[in-house]
Amino acid sequence: MNAFDEAAINKWKSYLLIFLFAAIIIFLGYIFGLIYGQGNSDIIIFFMVIAFIIAVIMALVSYYLGDKAALSISGAYEANRKDHAHYINCVEGLAIAAQMPVPKIYVIPDQAINAFATGRNPKLASIAVTEGALKKLNRTELEGVVAHEMSHIKNYDMRLMTMVVILVGLIALLSDFFLRGLIFGGGRNREGGEGNVIFLLIGIVLAILAPIIAQLIQLVVSRKREYAADATGAVLSRNPEALANALKKIKKDDLETKHANKATAHMYFSNPLKAGFWNNMFSTHPPIDERIKRLEAM
Amino acid sequence: MDIVAWIIIIVLVVILLFLMLSYNRFIVLKNRIDNAWAQIDVQLKRRYDLIPNLIETVKGYAKHEKKVFTEVTAARTAMMSATTLGDKAKANNKLSETLKSLFAVAENYPKLRANENFMMLQEELSGTESKIAYARQAYNDDVLSYNNSIQMFPGSIVAGMFAFAKKDFFNTDEAERAPVKVKFD
Repeated sequence: MNAFDEAAINKWKSYLLIFLFAAIIIFLGYIFGLIYGQGNSDIIIFFMVIAFIIAVIMALVSYYLGDKAALSISGAYEANRKDHAHYINCVEGLAIAAQMPVPKIYVIPDQAINAFATGRNPKLASIAVTEGALKKLNRTELEGVVAHEMSHIKNYDMRLMTMVVILVGLIALLSDFFLRGLIFGGGRNREGGEGNVIFLLIGIVLAILAPIIAQLIQLVVSRKREYAADATGAVLSRNPEALANALKKIKKDDLETKHANKATAHMYFSNPLKAGFWNNMFSTHPPIDERIKRLEAM
Repeated sequence: MDIVAWIIIIVLVVILLFLMLSYNRFIVLKNRIDNAWAQIDVQLKRRYDLIPNLIETVKGYAKHEKKVFTEVTAARTAMMSATTLGDKAKANNKLSETLKSLFAVAENYPKLRANENFMMLQEELSGTESKIAYARQAYNDDVLSYNNSIQMFPGSIVAGMFAFAKKDFFNTDEAERAPVKVKFD
């Protein structure tokens, strides 16, 4: 299987995911409708449409402005030929290997070893690497890291993640509407009897669980994309060992990327946040040892 | 019309569709190869342009290393006059080798190594060298998928009808980067 197939599979997976999320959303809507609407489906449809519109607007903003926001949050500046010749050459070389246009090339003023890619399609993509990575990685290791980032661009991961974020946001909004509705308007249908109480309880449990489940699905997708980018990166650079070595250096280095936060963590090459029970459970990245193991098995 | 006529019409339409789709697919793959070849050419040209500058810089510090200069210049000229794929690949290898010996010679001149212009040229040349390798890799990948598609049945019949010929790889003698086996899950 080559990188072209991987991009095609990525598209199919995004369709599947949308299907899964749609199923969750319709089920939520159905249960909430039973509790609130009492057979009056107009109300629930109204709320679902409102939630959908809000989620789409939020996602579109992040889709179109996300790359600029991510670059400015990280404090990245543009690389120049005088100081970063080997980095620029390396990106240009991998763009040739991937048969893609050369992305915009940035440097993040941070001493940890890390990198990220952003942009909604290969023509508008940007790639950013930390000063620490440029200093501490040798040429082939840097190539491995850049190849990984190029793979995210080539596989349209930004687009996939945006779609996932829309759907997760939609589920969160619906649950939120439901719980608020209970507090403010719950008095109307008191005469419903016992059946209604059970439905009400199911509704509350769902409203609390659904956003968490949606979030976990999002994280699983994110981790899968990291493995996929490692693999595609290995196809591009023909050197999985270099990427594994870069990961080992990051592990030994163990610095937190200061210019990343929870909102931008998912975009980075390796998890920029310190490990801990909570950060691991809700990590956007697979464990570093597992990634090294898979790369070394290639 | 009776059912046999309908069947014949349907079969003809399916065959025609198959011909069209296969033909277009071969054209797409073939154009991809041409595009990849253009990429190699761009990088070869870039290296060709960098060399005189490099020789001038090195001469400033190591005038008497005449042998290596003539070798590089000769390889550069050979590169320029090569026309066929095989010749180009061979000339390219020769040039890479002579450049390696030029940089090896430069190692003996600490002042030269510290020269900013030299360092920049060295970086540009090794960058171009790796770009050539990447462009070659992309080209060979494209040739592989084109060759596969024109040789596999039933596409091979269409390829034969329209005389789509097998393309050659851009081969090199130097140790190839080891191909990787990649598993996706």
